[in-house]
Amino acid sequence: MDINPQILKVENLKKFYPIKKAFEKPALVQALRGLSFTLSKGETLAIVGESGCGKSTLAKVLLQLEEITEGRAEIFDRDLTSLNRQELSNFVQMVFQDPSSSLNRRKKVFDLIAEPLVIQKSCSNEDLRKRVLAAAQSCGVPVEFLERYPHMMSGGQRQRVGIARALVTEPQILILDEPVSALDVSVQAQVLNLLLDLRRDRKLSYLFISHDLSVVQLIAHRVAVLYLGKIVEIGSKQDIFENPMHPYTQLLLQSAPKVFSPSTTPASQFSELPSPLNPPPGCGFAGRCPFVMDICRRLDPELKEQNRRRVACHLVEKSI
Amino acid sequence: MPILNVENLQVEFATKKGSVEVLRDVSFQIEKGEALGIVGESGSGKSVTSLSLLRLLPDTAKVLSGRIEFHGQNILDMSEKKLEHLRGSKIAMIFQDPMSSLNPCYNVEQQIAEALKIHENLTGRGARDRILELLNLVGIPDPQARLKNFPHELSGGMSQRVMIAMAMACRPELLIADEPTTALDVTIQSQILSLLQKLRKEQGMSLILVSHDLGVIAQNTDHICVMYAGEVVETGPSGQILQDPQHPYTKALLRSLPALQKNNSEDFRLPQIPGQVLSLSQRVSGCQFQDRCSQVQDNCRQSKISIQNRKGRDVRCLWT
Repeated sequence: MDINPQILKVENLKKFYPIKKAFEKPALVQALRGLSFTLSKGETLAIVGESGCGKSTLAKVLLQLEEITEGRAEIFDRDLTSLNRQELSNFVQMVFQDPSSSLNRRKKVFDLIAEPLVIQKSCSNEDLRKRVLAAAQSCGVPVEFLERYPHMMSGGQRQRVGIARALVTEPQILILDEPVSALDVSVQAQVLNLLLDLRRDRKLSYLFISHDLSVVQLIAHRVAVLYLGKIVEIGSKQDIFENPMHPYTQLLLQSAPKVFSPSTTPASQFSELPSPLNPPPGCGFAGRCPFVMDICRRLDPELKEQNRRRVACHLVEKSI
Repeated sequence: MPILNVENLQVEFATKKGSVEVLRDVSFQIEKGEALGIVGESGSGKSVTSLSLLRLLPDTAKVLSGRIEFHGQNILDMSEKKLEHLRGSKIAMIFQDPMSSLNPCYNVEQQIAEALKIHENLTGRGARDRILELLNLVGIPDPQARLKNFPHELSGGMSQRVMIAMAMACRPELLIADEPTTALDVTIQSQILSLLQKLRKEQGMSLILVSHDLGVIAQNTDHICVMYAGEVVETGPSGQILQDPQHPYTKALLRSLPALQKNNSEDFRLPQIPGQVLSLSQRVSGCQFQDRCSQVQDNCRQSKISIQNRKGRDVRCLWT
């Protein structure tokens, strides 16, 4: 992957949401607390983590749907904030989780796929038709479906439409927010294969947001584990899955239900994510970590290069 | 003798376009202390099966034939009064989304107290003590403080624990859990699943676990019932079904799981099941899986396929 240019660079990205309640002090929800990562051409970076860790906020920020609070993001060496919507939509597009709620049910499939181009007003009717047909074809949407409405299709077909409309502007980067979690297992395989084909044929880069580790293991090149708005571990798929170093990554991998290997249920203890409204001073995972030390509660560990990856953990730092 | 015996259950729903057969010839048994998994994709009839066990189906549903015997008594013939005695006390149920199954207007204590009052005639001090005991049982830290909490003050995992505490209030003999962890994060999911296992072992309770997630089913059940298009296509011991599936659907489903794939080549694609699940209104004669099956033959399309016994399990296929 090293020879490929880095097309997305994110540095110390922060996103805070102010909360105002009557009679209470205004507070900040710290959704993203300083993320740094890069994405190369043709590469898939999986973002994994539990609800509330900031996965979806990251997607919104990169699409300029939300303003960046601090830090910067560069796409093709241009600052994200300097791009207008139209330029951005030629670089980055998004595929949403639930195709039945992300597609407008009053529009026909053709118009749904054409919509990004219509908004751009950049091409003639003839050109538009050609590009819609090409996008539909490459995503396996049959021509006769173009005159149908979303409710006349199955979940898998709808997700194909969702992918086709994201590809119609020919972006280089796709942000996929849980693209297969609403689908049944037998259909999930079809859509995953489609994503793999598209990546190969079009040299696409994916930012693949998912909580399903088995899907991530199939599609990702690199994995970033997010916890409470921070990356706690980032590295190649092999390193992360075969030798996870951060205790949270280990917990995630142990918790994932496995069909074919014996269960490795982690010691059941009651533990939950701390609130991003008031993150603890030290490491965010300290309250749930079985190896917690004094320093963890005081000092937030930095993301440091260890063993071919970057990890933010005092324990790992100490043991090496 | 099994504590629950379901025989040839057939359920039909009235729709605007006529009646639709949702369950056909569903049979299974569950022994005392056993965990049975019902697995299938959306629309396979899992939830209708679990709801019909307590006669909780909507008014549009009609049970055409079959028996549901609990300790030899047919639930389908029971008077409403007798049934009320059974629901919640002998057979309890927990649902997918704990947030919407709890009443938002009542606090934790009031919700659990309701079941105790109705079934055990327990109120006041006695009820309070039992509630604290139950909250302890399901692993809620500091139960005293949680008594006065309302559902919106609880996290997803916590609400599901409260739901389980309610279900356990009258020491049921059978707990039906319909997708109990689908709305939860993986680490919380594994906590809830190991809690259910602990309760089953400690209380000698039987468990029916309904899920679309084969991993969840694999790790938490003794027997599995695989459903497809309203029919049970394969039943047998969990380990055998997962390691040596007999029905072509079960085989294809297991093969299409990303979890199994260890292949890291860029050109690797998941073995997928072609086509999609037929809608229940388009039933075909013969095997419901015929159009997606790789081993389909003429006989599969003709008459109704009955259950065959192969290698110690029940399979609805002519060719296994």
